[in-house]
Amino acid sequence: MNRTRTSGARRAWNTVAALLILAVMLFPVYWMLSTALQPHSSIANVDVVPTSPSLDNFRKALDTQGGSLVTSLLVSLGAVVVALALAAPAAYGLAQFRLRGSRPIVFGTLITQMVPGIVVANALYSAYADLHLVNSYLGLILADASLGLPFSVVLLRAFMVSIPGEVVEAAMVDGANRFTAFVRIVLPMSRNALITAGLFTFLFAWADFIFALTLNTTDDVRPVTLGIYEFIGAHVSDWGAVMATAVLSAVPAAILLVVAQRYIAAGIAGGSIK
Amino acid sequence: MTTSTLPARPEAPARAPRPRGAGRRRFHQWLFVLPALVYLLVFFGYPLVRNVLMSFQEYTPRTYFTGEAPFNGLDNWHRVFENDLFGDALWQTILFTVGSLVGQFTIGLALAVFFSRRFHLSGVIRAVLLLPWLVPMVVSAVVWRRIMDEDHGVLNSFLETLHLSGDGVPWLSSPSVALLSAILVNIWIGVPFNMVILYGGLQEIPRDLYEAAALDGASPWRTFRSVTLPMLRPVVTVVLVLGFMSTIKILDLILALTGGGPADSTQTLGTLTYQLSFLQLDFGQGAVVGNVLILISAVFAVLYLRVNRADLGNGGTR
Repeated sequence: MNRTRTSGARRAWNTVAALLILAVMLFPVYWMLSTALQPHSSIANVDVVPTSPSLDNFRKALDTQGGSLVTSLLVSLGAVVVALALAAPAAYGLAQFRLRGSRPIVFGTLITQMVPGIVVANALYSAYADLHLVNSYLGLILADASLGLPFSVVLLRAFMVSIPGEVVEAAMVDGANRFTAFVRIVLPMSRNALITAGLFTFLFAWADFIFALTLNTTDDVRPVTLGIYEFIGAHVSDWGAVMATAVLSAVPAAILLVVAQRYIAAGIAGGSIK
Repeated sequence: MTTSTLPARPEAPARAPRPRGAGRRRFHQWLFVLPALVYLLVFFGYPLVRNVLMSFQEYTPRTYFTGEAPFNGLDNWHRVFENDLFGDALWQTILFTVGSLVGQFTIGLALAVFFSRRFHLSGVIRAVLLLPWLVPMVVSAVVWRRIMDEDHGVLNSFLETLHLSGDGVPWLSSPSVALLSAILVNIWIGVPFNMVILYGGLQEIPRDLYEAAALDGASPWRTFRSVTLPMLRPVVTVVLVLGFMSTIKILDLILALTGGGPADSTQTLGTLTYQLSFLQLDFGQGAVVGNVLILISAVFAVLYLRVNRADLGNGGTR
């Protein structure tokens, strides 16, 4: 009885300590939100707690960066579609067919995660210029897909190895061809792994800055990461609006953290990320 | 195409009697892998080869109108290595990478050990701690740029309130402090990832090892050194090597936080590549720095794969 009480007290103290750690780690996030909510935050004075919060800064941010947010959304979703469409069949092939050369391919896929983005951009730019892909949605989507594709192949393959071959064979005896069987049987079975892979590809593409910066020379295709970067160059005095933009661009991460917690945990456990 | 082979299949299950059908099946199987393979070759293979070629070519701002980039031997390499900025950037990259990894890992491990205790809200708090890692790096850097402002930043007003520093620390405006500030911000970004992976590793350690250590009367520190650390080693290696790979090439954080300044004090190999190629339009010299970056990564990639293979081997024999 006595023992449980002391361990209960110790647990409570641990919770308090953990909350303190959380407060310190998330202070910058709080500060971002707090500054964004203070409409007349001059350069010098920002209150620690917004006494009269207002959404004026968010209105300003949406006026100037609303288009960039839409661009980010379109490009990220496009990157997810491209990455999953390529990664899912490949992962299945590498997991289930005993293809000669599949081991070097898996190996190579792991290696690609070590290639710096700026190096890819350096070479890609001239190729893109020749193909008229600079300043295009398609160009940026294809480049951003490279951020999630290797990860998706590795993650999906690890899952698909455990799908019993007989399930697919049975469908094929019933007359389905290999690809139909893949679409009707394998993909639904891999639903959770597909969600995890898609989710991380989305986050990687949403956070992309290097490709947005290097493969665009005009404002035609300007994701929010590039928007906020140019923002601090031009309007550095209007920090309220900058922070409101920052909050808006952090929203997908926050939403996914709440809604898709278990997929994020699975993705990180799935191994080599970023 | 497939329908013609299907009726024959039940009678001919073995591969040997029907080499043609087997070949076609192999071909169909390869079709699953081929699109991704082509994509990987275009978006990773091609840039790697092209960068090597580009480092021996002369690019000028006119190149993109004329399309001409004549080969110029080792000119780019000479020019890069004679440039003092390259040596500075290399040194700062090493400092940035090592400093970030030490900080991220130490704090991440401490938090992982702490969160292994059982208490209320542990899981929820651990999940929410991931937020800094999930926010786009450029966005985090912009927020920190504001926080670390010498005159109006909250960090300096906080230090003044505590009387820890009389006049503001020039976090981002002094060449001797800016790199340290960039490291601090990157530690903040990387701690959650380290914590989560190491936490996962800690949960894999069998409980009875700790019970045995407790029976032997081992102190907590002794248990940590003799049980936790050795058992955690494979996970530690993975975390550090992955951290190295992602830290050495960082570009967004520094561009948005300091722009490489003041006085080039936060230039790294990544920002230097960007500056040479995309601001000075000298893609040849940019490619040289990029190749150096790849070379360093490759050395560690080999190291990583060696370790990984060793771990896989252990897993197989056990």
